[in-house]
Amino acid sequence: MTATQPVAGPGTEASDQPGVAGPTTSGRKPGGDVRETLYFALRNPKVLIGAVVVLGFLLLGLIGPAFLRYAPMDYAGPPMAPPSADFPFGTTTFGQDVFAQFVAGLRSTFLVGLLGGGVAAVIGMTIGFVAGYRGGLIDELLNMLTNVVLVIPGFVVLIIINAYLGVRSVPMQALYIGVFSWPWVARAVRSQTLSLRSRDFIDLARLSGVGVGTILRREVAPNMYSYLFMTFVLLFGGSILTAASLDFIGLGPTNAMSLGLMMNQAVQWSALHLGLWWWFIPPGLGITLIVGSLYIMNVGLDEVFNPKLREM
Amino acid sequence: MLTLNQLDKVYKTGTFGTSDLHAVRQVSLDVQRGEVVSLIGESGSGKSTIGKMVLHLLDSTGGTITFDGRDVTKLGFRARRDYYRKVQGVFQDPFSSFNPIYKVDRTFETLRQSYFPKVSGGEWRSRLEDALAAVTLEPDDILGKYPHQLSGGQLQRLLIARALLLDIELLVADEVISMLDASTRIDVLNLLGELKGRGLGILFVTHDLSLGNYVSDRVVILYKGRVVERGDTSAVFDDPLHPYTRDLLASVPHLDRTWEEVEAEEAERTRRLAGRCLYHEAAAAQGRSLGEEAASAEGSAPGEVPDGVGLVEYAPGHFVGCFRKAAEAPCPAA
Repeated sequence: MTATQPVAGPGTEASDQPGVAGPTTSGRKPGGDVRETLYFALRNPKVLIGAVVVLGFLLLGLIGPAFLRYAPMDYAGPPMAPPSADFPFGTTTFGQDVFAQFVAGLRSTFLVGLLGGGVAAVIGMTIGFVAGYRGGLIDELLNMLTNVVLVIPGFVVLIIINAYLGVRSVPMQALYIGVFSWPWVARAVRSQTLSLRSRDFIDLARLSGVGVGTILRREVAPNMYSYLFMTFVLLFGGSILTAASLDFIGLGPTNAMSLGLMMNQAVQWSALHLGLWWWFIPPGLGITLIVGSLYIMNVGLDEVFNPKLREM
Repeated sequence: MLTLNQLDKVYKTGTFGTSDLHAVRQVSLDVQRGEVVSLIGESGSGKSTIGKMVLHLLDSTGGTITFDGRDVTKLGFRARRDYYRKVQGVFQDPFSSFNPIYKVDRTFETLRQSYFPKVSGGEWRSRLEDALAAVTLEPDDILGKYPHQLSGGQLQRLLIARALLLDIELLVADEVISMLDASTRIDVLNLLGELKGRGLGILFVTHDLSLGNYVSDRVVILYKGRVVERGDTSAVFDDPLHPYTRDLLASVPHLDRTWEEVEAEEAERTRRLAGRCLYHEAAAAQGRSLGEEAASAEGSAPGEVPDGVGLVEYAPGHFVGCFRKAAEAPCPAA
């Protein structure tokens, strides 16, 4: 082997995917090339389907209210009307427009996912990075904290907090959910950081007189961006599900509409017995589709970031 | 320039950190300007640990590290930044020394942001090209490439160039050759020799005896965390005294001598030194008997080197430790 001949670095997957003609050289580390990642992401059916469904609902939630004639709580039409041209999802027992409620509910659903997932991601990643990188006593303490929060029955505590504090806005609900759903992120990030920390380039960064924060931000985190992204997707879906469950048992926001709250009201007013299927099917289906698509997207992204899983 | 005095590294092992693992025991050595000192030992002998402690990548448990007369055993973040201006390291695996998802330029850019924020882009570029020229690399071939597009030898020389950008005085080279091909090895070795000529002190950590012989002025032989023999390269290689050093040297094939000749010479030396321990003989000659020394080690009088890790000067510039092998083994002379 001569000095001019490029040597395949450890972890290159060039040989794993013969015949793949990416726009750039294949055989780069996962997450290393944005263009290559995008190339595979846009050709992965799981990612595509998931993204289309989620983005479709997001768009509906964002621009839908602008085209609505009625507010979610308005007594707009005849009670218990089945879907029609005027009311695409029908009306409730009180003549409220189910479609208007659905569109408003989508907004709070995405808000809960974004905020709850974001809070959990920030807490979990910070604790994971610091614990994994610093090690020693700090690691022990943070690990203890993580394990304590992990064994707390989060959902039960959420019920109690929601019932006691009585702060019933969507952002507060998202915050509570975020504060209780980070432990597994912290553990996963910590273990990945532990393995990255022992690599020589981390030592070399330290020899460059760079501080801990900079090393974590510039050397450790970029190596696991793909993983962090997928973590966020999972947290996003998890927060939506938790919020819907809370809403359904009557601990939802008092000043806003959400998909879970719609189902809660539908059950309260015996929509099941009265056969008002248009009242509870749309919110239930909406939550299932969004969370399901997020999980399918997560599996697809796994294939995108990890060339060994690609089905091509 | 760099002096290690009775440096210790103890790892806590076991479930609750109940048992100790002595990775480095009472190691004392020094590196002068324009000198290559080889730290030779097998895997697990603590040689890399010593290198990492000198570079402050690991904390030492006991003993002192002095650089230019200043104690640098414990350094804060600021002081460590200044220390790294003068002391740099190059590691064994060039592929893992670069973040695989970035171009190699980024390693230099990190250095620039950290130490030379005021240097302009053009000025930095010319400095970088000078440093690359010093390690016989063409800037156009190297810059803008990813680590996996370059060979191990190129990457290793890049790392040395990185150290040169800082105008360092001491380089800790931790097994820099072992991952390289034979053809690129000699380039890096000659580069180290050239740097030595410029007045750089080099602590060369290796497990390869012939490399140690080739580049170094002095060698330190480590075994299980302690220095068993140390001295001028020629003295140690021509007349190895400690049983471990003799075993080590006897296992290296020679180009100019047959196996029988080497065996015969080694057998003669073994016969001469059998059942003896030069360390304790010298200690006894100084008026201390074995029993006294063992007793003083138990009590560990202040300033006293514990028995079994000290060295005596057998010949000028040639030090040897107690002839026992493992720390717990009995001395052959006892």
